[in-house]
Amino acid sequence: MSFAKFGKVSYVSETKLQEFETKLEAGKIMGTKCKKCGRLYFPPRADCDCMKGEMEWVELSGNCKLMTFTTLHFAPASFRYEVPYTLGVAQFEEGPTVLAPLSKELGEDEIKIGMSLKLVPVELMGGRMIYELKKLESQ
Amino acid sequence: MEDAQVTTNEIQASIVCSATHYDKQRTPAGVIAEYLGLNPQPTFNVEAVCASSGVGLRIGWSFISSGLHDTVAVVGFQKMTELSSAEVQEVMGRSGDVMWESPFGTTMPAYFALYAKSHMQKYGTTEEQLAKVAVKNHFYATKNPKAMFQEEITVEDVLKSRMIASPLKRYDCCANSDGAACIILASEDVARKVTDTPVWVAGLGLASSPMALTSRGPSYASFDCSVNAAKQAYGMARIKPKDVDIAEVHDCFTITEIINYEDLGFCERGRGGKLAEEGQTYLGSKIPVNIDGGLLAKGHPVGATGASQIRTLVKQLRGEAGETQVNGAEIGLAHNLGGIGMYCAVTILKT
Repeated sequence: MSFAKFGKVSYVSETKLQEFETKLEAGKIMGTKCKKCGRLYFPPRADCDCMKGEMEWVELSGNCKLMTFTTLHFAPASFRYEVPYTLGVAQFEEGPTVLAPLSKELGEDEIKIGMSLKLVPVELMGGRMIYELKKLESQ
Repeated sequence: MEDAQVTTNEIQASIVCSATHYDKQRTPAGVIAEYLGLNPQPTFNVEAVCASSGVGLRIGWSFISSGLHDTVAVVGFQKMTELSSAEVQEVMGRSGDVMWESPFGTTMPAYFALYAKSHMQKYGTTEEQLAKVAVKNHFYATKNPKAMFQEEITVEDVLKSRMIASPLKRYDCCANSDGAACIILASEDVARKVTDTPVWVAGLGLASSPMALTSRGPSYASFDCSVNAAKQAYGMARIKPKDVDIAEVHDCFTITEIINYEDLGFCERGRGGKLAEEGQTYLGSKIPVNIDGGLLAKGHPVGATGASQIRTLVKQLRGEAGETQVNGAEIGLAHNLGGIGMYCAVTILKT
C-alpha cells in the first residue's frame, strides 16, 4: 500500500498506515487508538506498544498549542529552495504531539511558544499531501 | 599503539565505530582492520551515530571484563568531506523519524534549535549565553594543535554569524570534519605490564530516548538519555558530579553543552546558561569542560568524537595536557550523545 504522496519529500513508500494519507486527502487529521489500553497515538501507529491491542482510527480536532519552533535558513539538498521555513512541535488538545511546518502566512515575530494553532491538511502542487500549523483565525 | 606500547598482533579484536551512512566505503571495519594490520582478529562496525565510539568503548570493556579478550582496539573515525554540506544535512535530517519528521525538511541544527527555543522560554537562557560556549571552546581550540579551528572568536562574532536554524547561528554549530581516534583497552594485568600510568574505566552508562520528538516532551530542555546514562555511570564509579575534575561533553551545538551541564549535574536545572555566562567551565574555575576545543572548535567527525573525548581525558589524567593541564586531575567524565539525543554514553575515567 502506497504512502508516497505524504510529505514534501517521501522517504517511506509502504506502510500499514496508508489510510492516513487517504483521510488527509479527505481533509481529516487521524490518529490511532489502542482498543485494549486506550492509548491515543499521533503520529498514528499500526501497533500499540502494549503489544496487545488492535488499533482503531480516531479523528483529531487539529487544535493544538505550540511547544517550540525554529526557522531554518539552511536546509537539506531537497529543501534548498524552500528556505526560510519554520518547523514547530505542537501538542493537540487530545494529548499527543506533532512536528509540522508552520504556515508561511505566520511571520516569525508573530510566533510564540504557547500560542494556539490548528493543524490542517494542505495539498501541494503535484498532489502531494502535507499538514501545516495555521493561525486559528485563518480557518 | 605506540603510546599504549602494544603491537598489532597483541590486539585481539578491533571495534570500528562510525556512522556508516556518511561512508562511501560499505562496511568500513573491513578496510580499517586490514590497513591497521589487525587481520585475522575479529573486527566489526558499531553504529550509534555521534555516540558510536562511546558505545564501542562499552562493548570493548565488556569483551575484556568477560575474559573473552585481554586487549581490544576501539577505532572511531569519520570521513565527511566526501559529501557537500547540504548532502550531509540531508543525511543528518534522516537521523529523525523518516516517516513523520524528515518529510518536512528537518536538520540536525533544527532539532537542537527546537531544544534551544524551549530552554530559552523555560529558563530565560539567552543567545549571549549560548555564544559564550562557542567563545570558550574556540579559545581552547587554539591550544590544541589537532583542533580544526585555530582562531579565537568573540561573542559578537557568534551573534553576527549567519543564521542556520533560529536561534542557532553558524558559530553555535559544530563543523563536519574528517577525523579518527583510537582507544586501546586492556585487562588490568596487561595494563599494569605495559604502562606505569594506566587510566581506569571507573564508570559506564548507556541509555536511550525515543527517536521521535513527538514521543518526548512535555518540554524540550533536557535529554533523558543523558540523565539516565549519567546516573548509571556515577553509580558505578561511586562518585558525585562535584568529584569530576574535568569533563568532555557533547557540544554538537552551544545549547547542547548548556543542557549537558544540567543533565550531568554540574549545576542546577535551568542554570546552565548562567554557568556559561560566568565562565565557570574554564580551566581553573568550577568544572573545566571541553578545554580541548570540544566538537564546536576541535571538529565533530561523528564516529571519532567519543574516542577523541577519551583521548583528551587520558592525557589530562596522566598529566600530559601541557598548557591546558588541570592540576591534579584524577577523575574525568566523557559524555557522548547520539543523533538528536536518542543515545547517550557516559564514561568516567580515573587515575
